[in-house]
Amino acid sequence: MFDDLRIMFTPEFFGAILLPALIGGIAVTICSSLLGTTLVLKRYSMIGDGLSHIGYGALSVAAVMNMAPLKVALPVVVIAAFILLRLSESSKLSGDSAIALFSTTALAVGILVSSKAGLTNDVSHYMFGSILAMSKSDVILSVILSVVVILTYVFLYNRIFSVTFDENFAKATGVNASAYNMIFAVLTAVTVVLGMMMMGALLISSLIVIPTLIAMRVCKSFRGVVLTAGTVSVVSFLLGMFMSLLMNTAPGASIVIVNVVFFLLFSTIGTIRSRTGRS
Amino acid sequence: MKKILECSELAASYDGRKVISGLNFTINEGDYVCILGENGSGKSTLIKCLLGIKAPESGKIIMGDGLKQRDIGYLPQHTDLAKGFPATVTEVVLSGCLGRRGLRPFYSSKEKELAKQAMARLGISDLAGRSCRELSGGQQQRMLLARAMCAAKKLLLLDEPVTGLDPAAAADMYDLIDELNKKDGMTIIMVSHDVVKSLDSASRILCLCSSDHSFYGTPEEYANSHISSKFIGD
Repeated sequence: MFDDLRIMFTPEFFGAILLPALIGGIAVTICSSLLGTTLVLKRYSMIGDGLSHIGYGALSVAAVMNMAPLKVALPVVVIAAFILLRLSESSKLSGDSAIALFSTTALAVGILVSSKAGLTNDVSHYMFGSILAMSKSDVILSVILSVVVILTYVFLYNRIFSVTFDENFAKATGVNASAYNMIFAVLTAVTVVLGMMMMGALLISSLIVIPTLIAMRVCKSFRGVVLTAGTVSVVSFLLGMFMSLLMNTAPGASIVIVNVVFFLLFSTIGTIRSRTGRS
Repeated sequence: MKKILECSELAASYDGRKVISGLNFTINEGDYVCILGENGSGKSTLIKCLLGIKAPESGKIIMGDGLKQRDIGYLPQHTDLAKGFPATVTEVVLSGCLGRRGLRPFYSSKEKELAKQAMARLGISDLAGRSCRELSGGQQQRMLLARAMCAAKKLLLLDEPVTGLDPAAAADMYDLIDELNKKDGMTIIMVSHDVVKSLDSASRILCLCSSDHSFYGTPEEYANSHISSKFIGD
């Protein structure tokens, strides 16, 4: 086992494969936990999940048609995010059933197209993620987009809080809530597509949802939740990666399991605290 | 008396149905106006128009004295909003200052001071660091009223402020609103189902009786009119 480790930390492996994966991974984890706070609190948790399935469909179609996967998936998922948020706001078709409808349709199209073209191998990368196979340009793009997401979030932090807590009041104070929902949809879509390449379509929504749930067990303030979720998600990512290298397990799944362990740990701490009256 | 808000020939619809038409009224500084009306009579639509969230179909809303619609302090109808939401009382109250910020992204010490004053005024300074999910119904309403006061320059718009409160907390809330009106000189517009209380405290009653019929006048005039009999009983 430790021989394996030694090979992993050879300069060649570390510099060419592990380091880019870690940098790209940390960037995407921070983004998804930041956006996740608002998505969870606005009860839009399933949007991340729905978008990743739509992304999977788009990536499969792009792979079959020999087009650059990201260039196809990004706009498709951004448009889907607009539509899903709109549907959740109006109420002709309730939000969760709309998401189920869209995401399973896209998933079916993706599977149909790729099985017909016999491309199951490539496409399963998107299903289960392949963080160690991210190309240099993928990593650079992830980092750039993540920086954009993080900066936007920081500058709009107070508005995002207001719109998340009480959209009607925010509107009354002159905040253009629908514009912020749009910006939010774009940021979410970008994060989901980037996260998909790393974690896979099936697991990306855990990166969005679980860190916030963990932070909410122990934090009183919104700021506390945002900061704790960000920190916990990065720590879980690093531990998950380490675990996957050490035990030769799938990286995406390992990261999710570490997150779940943290969730159980923080839930216990939260329960003990409220029992002892220091909630 | 300085005019603070005037509606002239206002008309608006909700879901394609006309709920308000030909509505006229003028509110002066220091007034305490209660809006009465049955469910579906257009109270919520009127509020959205007053706040500038919804554009009226025709007619005008004129704000007096350089006030803007975003300077109205708004207390929304009770929801389970704060339930389970991780935010401290300070964070929520401070978000009332957002309208003052314009496009500047962060709060200054002036706004933090304003939030502190609002909390002190409503007697919730000791709750500042508490999470809003730990508060009682009455405390939550005080927090949201403090937030409204951060946004308000002179005018507070309260949408059924005592719904969901127990009688003691409701009486406290009413006393507080009376005080803000009498001592602090805040102009109050309050949507209410509590006719007796409204007649007791308000200086003006606006009753949306049906889509094309409304009443605006003093509580005495209202009590003597035939419209009131439907609400008061006899």
